[in-house]
Amino acid sequence: MDSGRLRKAPENFIDRGGVARVFAEARQGRRDFLRGAFAAAAAGAALPAAHAQAAAPADGDPDILNLPEHSRGLGQAVATDGYGKPSRYERNVQRRPSPGLTQTTQASVSFAPLQSLFGIVTPSGLHFERHHQGWWDIDPSRHRLMVNGMVKNAKVFTMDELMRLPSVSRFHFIECGANTGMEWGNVAVPTCQYTHGMLSCSEFTGVPLITLLELAGADLGNGRFVLAEGGDGSSMTRTIPMSMVRSGEVLVAYGQNGEMLRPEQGYPLRLVVPGVQGVSWVKYLRRVEVGDQPYGAKDETVHYVDLMPDGQHRQYTSIQECKSVVTTPSGGQQLLDKGFYNITGLAWSGRGKVKKVDVSVDGGRNWRTARLETPVLSKCLTRFNIDWVWDGKPAIIQSRATDDTGYVQPTYRQLRAVRGTRSIYHNNAIQSWLVEVSGEVKNVQLS
Amino acid sequence: MSSSRKALAALAIAVLSATAFAQGGYPGIGRDATAREVAAWDIDVRPDFKGLPPGSGSVARGQDVWEAKCASCHGVFGESNQVFNPIVGGTTAQDIETGRVAMLRRPDYPGRTTFMKLSSLSTLWDYINRAMPWNQPKSLSTDEVYAVTAYLLNLAEIVPADFTLSDRNIREVQQRLPNRNGMTLDHALWPGGAMPGRPTRPDVVASACMNNCAAEPKVASILPPFARNAHGNLAEQNRLVGPQRGVNTAGGAPVPVADAAPVPAATPRAAVAGGSASAAAAIGAIAQKNNCTACHAPDQRVVGPSWAEIAKKHEGKADYLAGKIRAGGAGVWGAIPMPPQTLADEDIRRIASWLAGGAAR
Repeated sequence: MDSGRLRKAPENFIDRGGVARVFAEARQGRRDFLRGAFAAAAAGAALPAAHAQAAAPADGDPDILNLPEHSRGLGQAVATDGYGKPSRYERNVQRRPSPGLTQTTQASVSFAPLQSLFGIVTPSGLHFERHHQGWWDIDPSRHRLMVNGMVKNAKVFTMDELMRLPSVSRFHFIECGANTGMEWGNVAVPTCQYTHGMLSCSEFTGVPLITLLELAGADLGNGRFVLAEGGDGSSMTRTIPMSMVRSGEVLVAYGQNGEMLRPEQGYPLRLVVPGVQGVSWVKYLRRVEVGDQPYGAKDETVHYVDLMPDGQHRQYTSIQECKSVVTTPSGGQQLLDKGFYNITGLAWSGRGKVKKVDVSVDGGRNWRTARLETPVLSKCLTRFNIDWVWDGKPAIIQSRATDDTGYVQPTYRQLRAVRGTRSIYHNNAIQSWLVEVSGEVKNVQLS
Repeated sequence: MSSSRKALAALAIAVLSATAFAQGGYPGIGRDATAREVAAWDIDVRPDFKGLPPGSGSVARGQDVWEAKCASCHGVFGESNQVFNPIVGGTTAQDIETGRVAMLRRPDYPGRTTFMKLSSLSTLWDYINRAMPWNQPKSLSTDEVYAVTAYLLNLAEIVPADFTLSDRNIREVQQRLPNRNGMTLDHALWPGGAMPGRPTRPDVVASACMNNCAAEPKVASILPPFARNAHGNLAEQNRLVGPQRGVNTAGGAPVPVADAAPVPAATPRAAVAGGSASAAAAIGAIAQKNNCTACHAPDQRVVGPSWAEIAKKHEGKADYLAGKIRAGGAGVWGAIPMPPQTLADEDIRRIASWLAGGAAR
C-alpha cells in the first residue's frame, strides 16, 4: 500500500501436509526433517495465493530464522522496578491534552487514549484528567471527611475509619459532561482520543455514602439533596439527589483498580456517582452536607448548564445518556491492508446496562448487531466487536447503542433537532469514521 | 484446663463475638464534629442565601482588590479572554428588566460571559469565596468577597459605582440579575427523580432501524487539511503493533515500525550555563510550589512568557529579574500584568539566577 506497510507474520507458511509431517517426525524424534518441511513451505509460498493470505519471504521470516537476543541471553531480575511500567514499545499510549482547548495547564483536561485500550478497564495512569485548579497529592493521614447539614450529629471521619467500614467494589464509567463537546457544530478534532477521551472506567472500592449519612442520623425524608465538596483549592461543589444516595449506589471511594485512587483522580477520597457526569464525582472529598434544596453551585449555574435554542439554559442536567464509539478503526489511524478486521468499541449508559450495539459500515443505511463482550454491567463501559472484511473501498463506520430502558443513541441530526448546536454538554450522537481508499481513517459528520 | 472448661471458654468467645456482631452500627467509627470545625468548613451559600455570612463591601474597595489580585487573569474590567472566559459583557438594561439575556437567543453570538449565564447571585459570591484568587483560593476576607462581587456587579451595570453590597441588600440585587429567569429544569437529565413535576421521558428519541435506513450518506464536515497536524503527529499517538497505525500527519512518508520504536526516556541535555538537570528539577519544584507554573511554562507562552523567552531576553540579568519577580510588572511581554510575588528571598534569587543563566533543563 505504501512504504509504511508492515510485512505480516508468515503464519500458514507451512502447508497442511508439511505440518502433519513435522508433527509426525517430531514424535519420532527426527527433528532434522523439520528442515525439509521448511524448504517445502518456502517453495509453496512462492506460488500466488489463492485467497488473501500473507506472502512468506523466500527463505522464511528472519525474525524466526535468526534467533533474537532475548532467546539467547539472560533477562532482567525480579523487582527491577518495584512498580512495573508498560513496555517501552507502548510509549505512544499516553493521555494527552488537546492543544488550544485551555489557556492554562492547571484548569485543563487530558484525554484517555481510547484508540489503544482493550476491554473496559482504563489503566489508572491513563485515566482522563479534568482539574479546575491543579491536582494535589494529599497526605491521607491528615485528610478528613465531614458530614453535616440536616443530620442529628455532624460527624468527622478519618481515612483509617472509612477504610474499616464494610466496603464494596464496583465497575463504573466516568464521563465528563463536556465529552464530545467540541463536536456539537462540526468536526473539530482528529481522533477518538479527543472526540471521546474524557471517558474512563475503573473498579472503584469504597463505602456507600448512605452508611455515613445513617451514622450521622441524616434526615433522609426532608433532606432530598446532598452537597459534595472537595478539599482542594477549587473546593468543587455539586448537588447529588438523595434518592440516588439512598439506593446505595453512591460511594465514598478510596480504591481504584485494586490500589488507592491516583492523585489525579482525587487521592485519597472521591465521590462515585454512577451514570452521572464526572464533575459530580467530587475529588479530594472533604465534606457532605444534607439539605432540602439544590445548591446552585458554580458548576451548576455558570458551567455544566446546557444552552437550548430558545436561549434558556438547562440546569441540573446530570445523567450521561446512552452512547457508543468505535475505537478500532478510528480517526487518525491507517489500516494496514485489505482483508479482515475486528471492529471494536465502547458503549455505555448512565441509565443502566447496554442492551444492544449495532454497527454500520455504510454510513448508517444498514446495520448489523455487534457481539457484546462480558461483563455487561450497569453504568459501566461495555466492549463490543463485530467482524468486517475491508474490500478497499471507502466505508463509513458507525456504532449505535441501545440501553435497557429502550433508549436509542441518536444521530447528529436527531440530537440537533432538539438541542441545537450550542449546548456544549451531553453530546451523545453517533460517531462516524470515514475509511478512505488509502486506508486512512478520518473523523467526519454526515449531513 | 479440662476439656469441659475449654468448651465453656470457646462458648464464651462465641457468645461475645455474636454479641459484638449483633450490636449493629459501627462502634469506634467517626466522632461528632465540633461547632468550630463545622464553621471552618461549612462555607457554601445556597441560592436562597442560606449560609451567607454577614458583611459588606463597596464597589470602590472591590476595585482595589480586583486590580491587585484578579486583573492579572481576568483583565482590569473583567473582560479579558486571554486566560479565562470573560465575566462581564453581553447583557443589557432590558435584560435586567426581564431577567432573560436576549443575546442568548442569537445563535451567531460568539461567546457567553459569566453574567450572561448567572441566575443566582449566591453562586458568584460562593465561588469567589471558595476558589478565588485562582492561585490563592480562600485568601479573601468576607468583606473583600462582598467588595469584589460589588465591583463585578458594577462592571455589569447592575449596581451603581457608589454601591455597597451586604448580606442585607443582596436579595434585592438578585432581583436585578440579567439572567435570573434564564434557567429551566424542563428536562429528564436529573437523576433520581427528585425534581417533582419534571419530564421523565428523554427529549431526543431515535429508533434502531436496521436496513435501508438513511439516504446515501454525504460527508458534511471534515477537518480541513491545514488542521491535519494540529494535534501533533498522530503516528506517535497510536500503538506500534496491531491492526492499524497512526497516520503520519507530520509530512513525509509513514515511519516504518522499526524506526518508530520509541526512544528511551529523554537523554539528559548537556549541562549548560545555569546548572545541571537536578538543579533544573529543584527550580521546577520551587516554581510549582509558588504557583509560577500557573502562568509560565518551559517552552511555550501560557499567560506570561516562557522560561526560555525570559532567559533569552534577559541573559545575565539576575538582579533585574529578581526585582521583577518581587515587584511584578507589565508591558514587557504584553498587556497582562504580573502581580508582585511573595516568594522567599532565597527562592527568588535561585529562580532569577537560573533564568539569567539560560534556564537550562
